[in-house]
Amino acid sequence: MNTVLQSPAPPAGAALALSLGKRSLRTPMGSVLDLVGNTPLVRLTRIEVECPGVQLWGKAEFCNPGGSVKDRAASRIIRDALARGDLRDGVRLLDSTSGNTGIAYSMVGAALGVPITLVMPENVSIPRKQITRTYGTELVFSDPMEGSDGAILLARKLATEYPDRYYYPNQYANDSNWLAHYDGTAMEIWAQTHGTVTHFVTGVGTSGTVIGTSRRLHELNPAIRCIAMQPDDAWHGLEGLKHIPSSLVPPIYDEQVLDETIWMPTDEGWDMSERLAREEALFVGHSSGANVAAALRIAKRCCAAGQEGVIVTVLCDRGERYFGPLVWEKHYVW
Amino acid sequence: MASIHIPPALRKYTQGEEEVSVGGGNVAEVLRNLESKYPGIQERILDDSGAVRRFVNIFVADEDIRFLDNLSTAVKDSDEVSIVPAIAGG
Repeated sequence: MNTVLQSPAPPAGAALALSLGKRSLRTPMGSVLDLVGNTPLVRLTRIEVECPGVQLWGKAEFCNPGGSVKDRAASRIIRDALARGDLRDGVRLLDSTSGNTGIAYSMVGAALGVPITLVMPENVSIPRKQITRTYGTELVFSDPMEGSDGAILLARKLATEYPDRYYYPNQYANDSNWLAHYDGTAMEIWAQTHGTVTHFVTGVGTSGTVIGTSRRLHELNPAIRCIAMQPDDAWHGLEGLKHIPSSLVPPIYDEQVLDETIWMPTDEGWDMSERLAREEALFVGHSSGANVAAALRIAKRCCAAGQEGVIVTVLCDRGERYFGPLVWEKHYVW
Repeated sequence: MASIHIPPALRKYTQGEEEVSVGGGNVAEVLRNLESKYPGIQERILDDSGAVRRFVNIFVADEDIRFLDNLSTAVKDSDEVSIVPAIAGG
């Protein structure tokens, strides 16, 4: 296959498609933003083996160009704001983020020429700060002891103090966030499973993914079980996820859409991340590990009840985003 | 006595106090004394084997104890000890 692709005079389209076998060739894209969404669905064959009759599938959101599921919401939020005229000339987009949304905003901002300012807790990993800055984004740091809620409060304060300088989309309250998944993620899962999906489960961060996807899947087939996963305690290590009972509740979070919530211990999520790398060759972050751990719990439940199932969850991002500061960085500055 | 900075998620154990003072010559002793003053807090920081949980960072005077002597890291009365989740949340 490589020989064909590297040949100086590429064969005609038909011959190339033939050489790629059953995989269809991606259409050439005019912008990096056209690469957001339409992510592959990958079967977790070595994990699902514990539960005969149940299929486990991961939506490979790390294939998005900014590297995470957050590309979907950021892209929709910025495009909708531009269409409404909220992001006029001379106005910067300002939001709070623990990382992936910040990277996504930065990428979309660079692609569309929208200047971005991010508020993040000082203790987010150095690579995240570096990645966002590389896209030209301005960073403001909030107190590391106050977590993501501290970043939200500081962003709100800046937006209120400087209304002419900033447009504050507030991803936690912005309908474009969940609509990205209502129109995108859910429809893709429906098509990719040929409508056979029986369960959808994913973690709650802003809740955009779980609420938007679940809302649409329930419309397509009310029998699909839509399940949220949350850290089992306020004191947890599942980056990107929120323990709602102890947090500022995102206004877009709507419990009515959910059939159930699974409470996930940090260690179970971290262990599954490591297992996914070793057994499925999927090196994904801790939130993905926690998502698959939750999916496996549901699979075991189906199996014990003698039911078949097609369970879909989300592989939010890649694992290398979490190397620092846990392992590689010795000194912290704040 | 060293002053210990308590993160928001653990302040339910310290009746909302952000900063508390406890004695102890090293981090392990400080955590034991913290536990006797605020029962329940230690098991949120240490796992069943007594090691610092994977997602928890402890700093003595701004240095991560993983790169010092871990739980044996010496603590002086003038030191500030911070307990910080390794992550930033949602």
